[in-house]
Amino acid sequence: MSTIEQFRHDTRAWLEANCPPSMRTAMGEGDVVWGAQQPQFPSSDAQLWFERMRDKRWFCPEWPQEYGGAGLSAEQLAVLEGEMRRLKCRPPQINLGVWMLGPLLLEFGSEEQKRSLLPPMARGEVRWCQGFSEPNAGSDLASLKMSARDGGDHFIVDGSKIWTSYGDKSDWMYALVRTDPAAPKHEGISLIVLDMRSPGVNPVPIDLISGKSAFCQVFFDAVKVPKTQLVGPLHGGWNLAKRLLQHERKAMSKFGEISLPSHVDLLGLLQQYLPQPHGQCEQVLHGRAVACAMNERAYDLTVQRMGQAAQVGDDISGLMAIMKLVHTEQERDKFEVLLDLMGGHAMGWHNEAGNDPQLAITRGWLNSYALTISGGASEVQLNVIAKRVLGLPDAKKGVTP
Amino acid sequence: MNLVYSDEQRLLADSARDFLAARSPVSAQRRLRDEGSSTGFDAQLWRDAVALGWSAIPFPEQLGGLDFGCMGLGPIFEAIGRNLAATPLLSSVVLGGSLLHLAGTPAQQDRWLAPLIAGDLRLALALDEQARHAPQGTALEARPEGDGYCLQGDKYWVLDGLGADAYLVAARVAGLAGDEQGISLFLLPADTPGLQCSALPLIDARNCARLRLEQVRVGREALLGQAGAGWASLDLALDRGRACLAAELLGAAEQLFETTLEYLKTRVQFDTPIGSFQALQHRAAQLYVDLALSRSAVMAALAALDDSSLDASARGQLVSLAKWKAGDTALKVSNEAVQMHGGIGVTDELDVGLYLKRVRVAQASLGDRDFHCERYAALSKAYA
Repeated sequence: MSTIEQFRHDTRAWLEANCPPSMRTAMGEGDVVWGAQQPQFPSSDAQLWFERMRDKRWFCPEWPQEYGGAGLSAEQLAVLEGEMRRLKCRPPQINLGVWMLGPLLLEFGSEEQKRSLLPPMARGEVRWCQGFSEPNAGSDLASLKMSARDGGDHFIVDGSKIWTSYGDKSDWMYALVRTDPAAPKHEGISLIVLDMRSPGVNPVPIDLISGKSAFCQVFFDAVKVPKTQLVGPLHGGWNLAKRLLQHERKAMSKFGEISLPSHVDLLGLLQQYLPQPHGQCEQVLHGRAVACAMNERAYDLTVQRMGQAAQVGDDISGLMAIMKLVHTEQERDKFEVLLDLMGGHAMGWHNEAGNDPQLAITRGWLNSYALTISGGASEVQLNVIAKRVLGLPDAKKGVTP
Repeated sequence: MNLVYSDEQRLLADSARDFLAARSPVSAQRRLRDEGSSTGFDAQLWRDAVALGWSAIPFPEQLGGLDFGCMGLGPIFEAIGRNLAATPLLSSVVLGGSLLHLAGTPAQQDRWLAPLIAGDLRLALALDEQARHAPQGTALEARPEGDGYCLQGDKYWVLDGLGADAYLVAARVAGLAGDEQGISLFLLPADTPGLQCSALPLIDARNCARLRLEQVRVGREALLGQAGAGWASLDLALDRGRACLAAELLGAAEQLFETTLEYLKTRVQFDTPIGSFQALQHRAAQLYVDLALSRSAVMAALAALDDSSLDASARGQLVSLAKWKAGDTALKVSNEAVQMHGGIGVTDELDVGLYLKRVRVAQASLGDRDFHCERYAALSKAYA
C-alpha cells in the first residue's frame, strides 16, 4: 500500500471509530459549535467530537506542527476532507480565526505572533470576529475611518465597526484601522488584532428587519492596543485585507460544501399552496414559481460544473465571480414568489399567525435582503464581473453621457 | 453526471469549429439567403460534414455509427450556432435518424438509416399542426382502411422539409388530441401519392416547409413501431433534438455576446468607450451570468440523454431546463446585442440581425420558453 493509501485507510478507520453517529447527520442552526474561551456544546457527542478532533490537531490539519497543526500535506488534507465528506462528518467546530486570520498570520505574522496566537486558535480556545465594515465604509471598504493613533508602545483606537458577526460573543477581533489619515485612502490602513475584553470596547447587537441577528456594532473608545499586535507592515493593511477576502471566498465555498444553506423546496410548496392553478393570475404565478425553481436548478448544476471544471484544470475564475451574485439574487426572487404564493401564511410574525415552517418563510424573506447586500452588494459583484471577467474599461472621471 | 467535455469531445469541438470557420462562416449563410436557396444549406458542405463523421455520431456501432452519444453532438451544435451554419444534422440525423434507430425494424433501418448515415438521403419530421409546438396535440388522423391507413391533414414547420427523401409523419390512430397514447409514426417516401411539400420561408432563411397530406393511402409497413404507441420514441427523439438545439442556441448566444463585448470596448462616444458606462456594464455582466447558467443546463441535458439509468421524466426535466434556459438567454443576448450596437444594430449589413433571426426561430422550434417551463413543472409532479 502506498503511503497515501495507508493514510486514507488509517484516517477512515479513525473517523469511523471516533466520530459519534449523531455527528454524521445534517446540522441545524443550533448545532454549530463555535471554538471559544468558553465553548457551548449542544450535546455531549458534540463535545466529544470537538475534543477528539482537537487532540488529533485536525481543526487545522495542514498547519505546521509547531503552531498547533498536524502538518498534513496538501494530498493528505484532500484525503482527510474527502473521508469526512464521505462519512458526512459535521465540522467539529466553526472558527473564523482558523479560516481567515490563521492563514494570513502564517504568511505575514511575526514569529512571536505565530507562537502566541496560532496554537490557541488551533485548539479552538479563542472565538474570533472580523472588524472590517464601518457605518461609512460599506461597499467602499477602503474609506474606513476607525483610527489607531500612536501612543508610544501602543495604539489608541477610536471609532466603530459594524456588521461584526457575533461581536458580542467573540474573544478577539482582527480589524482594519487607519494609521495614517493623511495618506491616500488605500495606503494609510493597517491590520491589528485586539482583545475584545480591553477597556473601551463595547459591542451592541443589531436588530434587523428579520428580527434578532448575529450582527453587532462595536464601539471603540480610546482602546489601548499594544504595538506588538500590528500584523504585517504599518500602513500596509490593504494588501492583507485583499488576501483575507480571498481566504473568505475559499472558506465560504468549503463551508457551503459541508452545510448547504437551508433549502426551501419551492416546487413542493407550489404543489402544496397552488396544486391546481385556476384563472389567469394563478397561471402566471405558477409560471413565475416554476421559472424560479428552474433557475435554482441551473445554479445547482453550475456549482457542480465548477467543481468538475476545477478538477480538470479549467480556469474557473469567471464562474467563481458569479456565484455569490446568482445565489443571493435567486434567494431574493424565490422569497418574493413565495410571499405571493403563500399570501398571509408567509407574513406571520408570531406563532398565532402561522406554524414554524411558515414563519421561517417570513424570516427567510426578510433575511434575503441582507444577502444581496453583505459580503459585496450585488452591484459591486456586477462591477467585478464587468471589469475583471469581461475586461470592460473603467469610466473616465468627469464623463457625463 | 459529467458537466464538462472530455478531451475527446474537446477535439471534436476544435475540429468542428475549424471546419465551419473555414467552410461555413456567417457570410456563407448570408450568401445562401441572398441566393434564395430552397434547401437552405450547401449540399457540398453537408457531404464534407458527413465525411467528417457528423452523421454517425449518435448511433451505435452495429448500425454504422460512432457511438459518441449526445455529448458528442454538443460540441458540433455549439459550433453550428457560433457560425450560423445550416446543415440537416438536426432534422435528418438527430430527429429522423433517432426515430429510425429507436422505433424502426431492422429492414427499415437497412433501407433508410444506413444511407442516411452515409449522407445519401435525408429524412424530415412532420409533427406540428398548430402555431406552437404541441406534440401531444397531434390530431392529424390516420384512419384504418383496408389493410392500411389513410392520412389526411396538414403539417407545419417541417424542418428541412423541401427536398427530403422521406417524411416521418406523426399521426393519430386512436385517442384525442392531448393524449400521448394513440400517436403513430409513419415513414412516407417523398413520392408517396397525395404528399405535397411547399416552402414556408421564415426570417432565418432556412428550409422550413408545410406538408399537405391529401388522402395518403399507405400499408401497415409504413408504420414505424407499433400502431398508436409512438409516443415514447417520439418523446426521446424530440428530447435529443431539443438538447442539440439548446447547444446551438448556446453557441450562437456566446458568439454574439463576444461580438457585442468587443463593440462595447471599441465604440467611442462622449470621448470614452461605451463599455465604460455602468449602465451597459451591469447589463453585460447579467448576460454573462445567464450564459454560464445556460451552459450548465445544456451540459446536464446532453449528459442525461446519454445516461440510460435515468427515466423519461428525469431526462425530460433536464432537457426542458436546457431548452428553456438557453432559449431565454439567447433571446436576451440577441435583443441586447441589437440595442447595444445602436443604429448599426438594425442594419442588414451587420451580422447581428442574422443571429437575432436564427435565435428567434430556434427558440420557438421544438418548444419555446413557456412550453418547456410548463413541461418541467408537469414532469416534476411525476416525483411528487
